[in-house]
Amino acid sequence: MKTCLIVDDSKVIRKVARHILETLDFAVVEAADGREALGQCHAHQPDVVLLDWNMPVMSGMEFLRALGDETLAKRPKVVFCTTENGMAHIRAAIEAGADEYVMKPFDRETLESKLQIVGVA
Amino acid sequence: MSSAVRTQPPSAGATTVLSALLEARTGQQLAANRTWRLEAALGPLLAELALPHADALVARLLDGQDHRIGDRIVDVLLNHETSFFRDAGVIESAVEAVRAAVPLGTRPRIWCAACATGQEPLSLAMLFAEDGGTAPDILATDVSASAIARARSGSYSQFEIQRGLPIRRMMRWFESDGGDWIANKALLSAVSYRRHNLATDPVPGRYDLILCRNVLFYLTPVVRQIVLERLAQALKPGALLLLGAGETVIGQSELLRPSTAHRGFYERVATGAAGL
Repeated sequence: MKTCLIVDDSKVIRKVARHILETLDFAVVEAADGREALGQCHAHQPDVVLLDWNMPVMSGMEFLRALGDETLAKRPKVVFCTTENGMAHIRAAIEAGADEYVMKPFDRETLESKLQIVGVA
Repeated sequence: MSSAVRTQPPSAGATTVLSALLEARTGQQLAANRTWRLEAALGPLLAELALPHADALVARLLDGQDHRIGDRIVDVLLNHETSFFRDAGVIESAVEAVRAAVPLGTRPRIWCAACATGQEPLSLAMLFAEDGGTAPDILATDVSASAIARARSGSYSQFEIQRGLPIRRMMRWFESDGGDWIANKALLSAVSYRRHNLATDPVPGRYDLILCRNVLFYLTPVVRQIVLERLAQALKPGALLLLGAGETVIGQSELLRPSTAHRGFYERVATGAAGL
C-alpha cells in the first residue's frame, strides 16, 4: 500500500483528500504546514506528498526547497494542490522541483489521474 | 462538478421514442440497463426549455414544430466521456506503430472517429509533435455537432484539462483563459474537425491509423457490422485500427483481424481472403 502525505492548513481539504485517497487504497498521513510535513516525511517515508501552497509556519514552496536538503531514504513525488491556478505559479512550482500540479477545486478523477501520472496509483 | 438536475423519470412510451430516435440518428442503442441515464441526461435540456418532464419533450419532438429538437436530444443522450491520454500506453504504441509503418517524410494520415470533445486527437497531436517526425494529418470526427464545436474550440474546463494531461504538457500546449484552458494555435492547427456519422456517412478517406474507441458497444449488432466494414475500407494496406479496451472485431467482421505485429490493434484482412 502506498502512502500519501497531505499537507494543507485546511482541515476540510485534508478530510476531503483523505477520503478520496483512502478509496484509492492509499495510507494517509497529514500535516498542517511545511515544517510538520518535513517531520512526517522522516516518520512515514511517504510515496507522494499532496502539497498546498499558502500555509502558516512554512509554505509549500519553502517545504519543497527544504525537502531537497533532507536526508531521506527515498524522495517522495510532490504534487502541488492549490488555488494558485495561474501559469506563473505552475511554472514556478515545476521549476522548483514539483512533479505535478493539481488546481483546486479537484475531484476524485483529477486526483487519481495526477497520481497515475507521477506513477504512484 | 455539475449538480444533477432531478426530474420526473420518462414514461415507458417516452423512453421508447427517445431510444428509437437515438438509434435512427446514430445507430446507438439505449440498452435497458442504461435507461437510468435518461433522467439525468435530459435534465439540463428540460430546464432550458422549461419543460416539466421527458414526456413533454417527446410531445414537442413529435409535434414537428421545432426542427432542432431531435438533434439536441440526441446530443444529450450521447456519451461524450473522454480524457487526455486515455490509456496512455496504447496511444503511445499507436504513434510508434505509425512512425514505424509510414515512410520517413510522408505525412501519416490519422482518423479519430467518434472523438467527442477532442482530447484524443489533441493527445495524438502532442505526441507526434514531440517526437519530431513529419507532422501527420489528423482528422477528428463525431456525430454530435455540439461535441465537434467544443473540440474545434480547443477549450477545456479546469476539471477536463487535469484528467490525463501531465502538467508539463499543459504548460507547453495550452494557454490560460480565465478559468478555462485553450489549446494554443500550434496544437489546434494540427487537427481538422468534421461532423460525421459512422452509421450513415461514407468514410472520409483512407488512413494509416484509425481510432474508434468505446463506440462499438453502444451500436446495434447490425450497425456495428456496417461500421466495421466501413472502417476496414478506410484502412490503407498495412494500416491499423484501434478500438476500446473492451471491444473487438472477433466474431463481428470478416474484414478485420487482430494485427500480427502490433498487439491490441486490428488490421484489414488481405483483399483476396475477405473479398474486399
